Amino acid sequence: MAEDEMRIISALVEDRPGVLFKVASLIRRRGFNIATITVGGTEKEKVSRITITMKGNAAIVEQLVKQLSKIPDVIKISELEPEASAFRELALVKVSAAEPAKRSDILNYISIFRARVIDASKDSLVIEVVGQPRKIQAFLDLMKGFGIIEMAKTGIVALSRGAKSASAAD
Amino acid sequence: MRVSGAKAVVEALRDEKIEVIFGIPGGSTIPFYDALYECAEKGDLRHILARHEQCAAHMADGYARAKGMPGVCTATSGPGATNLVTGIAVAHMDSSPVVAITGQVPRTMIGKDAFQEADIVGIVTPITKYAFQITNASEIPDTMRAAFMLANTNRKGPVLVDIPKDVFYEEVDYMEAEKVRIGGYVVKSGEPHPYSIKRALGLVLESERPLIVAGGGVIASNASAELVRLAELMPAPVATTLMGKGAIPEVHPLSLGMIGMHGKGEANMAAEEADLLIAVGMRFNDRTVGRMEKFGENARIIHIDIDPAEIGKNLGVDVPIVADARKALGTLADRLLEVGIRKKENEWSKRIAELKEKYREFYNSDESKGALSPKRIMKILRSSIPERSIVTTGVGQNQMWAALHFQVLEPRTFITSGGLGAMGFGFPASLGAKVACPDRPVFNIDGDGSFLMTEQDLATAVVERIPTVTLVLDNRVLGMVRQWQCMFCDKRYSETDLGAVPDFAKLAEAYGAEGIRVENYGDLESAIRRSVGAEVPVVIDVPVSRDEKVLPMVPPGKTLREVVWFG
Repeated sequence: MAEDEMRIISALVEDRPGVLFKVASLIRRRGFNIATITVGGTEKEKVSRITITMKGNAAIVEQLVKQLSKIPDVIKISELEPEASAFRELALVKVSAAEPAKRSDILNYISIFRARVIDASKDSLVIEVVGQPRKIQAFLDLMKGFGIIEMAKTGIVALSRGAKSASAAD
Repeated sequence: MRVSGAKAVVEALRDEKIEVIFGIPGGSTIPFYDALYECAEKGDLRHILARHEQCAAHMADGYARAKGMPGVCTATSGPGATNLVTGIAVAHMDSSPVVAITGQVPRTMIGKDAFQEADIVGIVTPITKYAFQITNASEIPDTMRAAFMLANTNRKGPVLVDIPKDVFYEEVDYMEAEKVRIGGYVVKSGEPHPYSIKRALGLVLESERPLIVAGGGVIASNASAELVRLAELMPAPVATTLMGKGAIPEVHPLSLGMIGMHGKGEANMAAEEADLLIAVGMRFNDRTVGRMEKFGENARIIHIDIDPAEIGKNLGVDVPIVADARKALGTLADRLLEVGIRKKENEWSKRIAELKEKYREFYNSDESKGALSPKRIMKILRSSIPERSIVTTGVGQNQMWAALHFQVLEPRTFITSGGLGAMGFGFPASLGAKVACPDRPVFNIDGDGSFLMTEQDLATAVVERIPTVTLVLDNRVLGMVRQWQCMFCDKRYSETDLGAVPDFAKLAEAYGAEGIRVENYGDLESAIRRSVGAEVPVVIDVPVSRDEKVLPMVPPGKTLREVVWFG
């Protein structure tokens, strides 16, 4: 795998106050440079999943995984191979669309990218696009031409493909 | 049993067989101290009243290291808690099992910037194995059990439990906690994997010039006997890190002494020339290995550590063994016995003997730059005190002179702030060690700069009757920084001159301790001999020249071969 390929780390953690702080604090303290971090619920009560993406070589990712697994609240942590996992990001983008001609071009792209308009005003559209980061980036690049007013991304969530589960051991 | 939260904490300490805690009360811990009042009356949980919370933490740490059991300290919310921080950081860097209990403002006031509020859990999270904040008294039994379990298992380390004042008053049904579970934390058996052992054994059998480098993990896991057994079987010389001092008796023929920036010539050269390094319970710190990428360049490396995150953190190795040091060394020795022992005399042992001979004269010379020679002070101390005495150190030149020239004969008898290098550690740590081992003489080798950071706890030592002896190597400068300024800053001595105060003998006397100023080796020896059985704390002020350096020295960023002997 190339040096600067995106790496995905997925951790199941106890859902209690301060866990995200502990994870984030360790990442900062040990000098790791992450791209995205997301936290949310799982199929289990009291268990959250933290998904971290970063660029780096295998040794750096291995060291981060080892350090994070030392936090007692971390139940399970592993690196997900991008080829063997499903991962998605969601972006909301507000684009200026005052002229009717522009608006119809934007709607065309929305249909090509399977995005959705979730709010519209006289002068602008708020669009939701879901997919792999590359797809989202391609869509955003197109929208730049129309004028992006503001934008928000969620960061990546991921699961391994196939029937096995990260928490199956429990 | 229906009790207050405060009483529940005390009960939990009893269940953990804790006999002593070090601390200072404050507003938020008044209810906790109220519960301790009854213990003091019954005499079953000793509280030692420190004069500064940093000292309370260092005392708990010194106690833990001397005894091999968790040490407990306590402080109130806000400034009490933040004063603990240096002590907690020391324990973290040196993997020492310290449990800190802090008071917190009442729950309803948390986050409101109340009087004496500090987010101590947030502050210590990076320097603890875990930091709890209790939100309900019912959590106390499990949390306290978890705190001690975390502190004292796997790779040991400090744990903090923060308890809001109103929780101390809340009633709870106290029952001794059963086994507790924290997330993915598993208490490891520490058994080495047979495959790793097989591979390690292969490297051992192939090696011509093996060297064992033993770190603090060997002491933490009580692995000294196994270390010596393996070393003798191979046979392999043993160098130790600063934290590993005492892992092998330093008078043992296979002992090379400390390795690293201020390591012994023979230890550093052996590391350069070895074809196999067995690194056990150590973590390839920059002060230990010199220039990282050159360390062990020509050697294969077996790395034994209980913490998998240490494997490959600083240096890539050939065979990692994630295991308890005692079990790994013992198993390796057993396997080696099965395949047969190699011949004792070989080229490598001759080379080691040659290296030792080469540097012998340097270590034996007593010349000084005026006043007393630190080398000779260390030798006089060693020969004047019982073998089983415990020695603690400050940080700086005093620490390195002790590390180089004071021979440690037993594990847990050399206690120093290795990782953090916190000046002021030695004296309070000596008090903790003495409380842990009252029948052993305890000596603190300190510098004047270092001692002045925590000397106010002479009051504790006198009032609580903890008679330790402090040797102040008194050069009236911040000597280690001054040494660097001399060697690397063209003698521009910026802010390292401390001036000619205080009079340390009078300072000691002001507290009711004994203060002695010595001017020559004869006086020094008799002062030490007299203070071995002293019933009050003693401070011996020993003049050392400010131009005295710690040598040899490997300049920062250089390989262990590029050592400087004179300066």
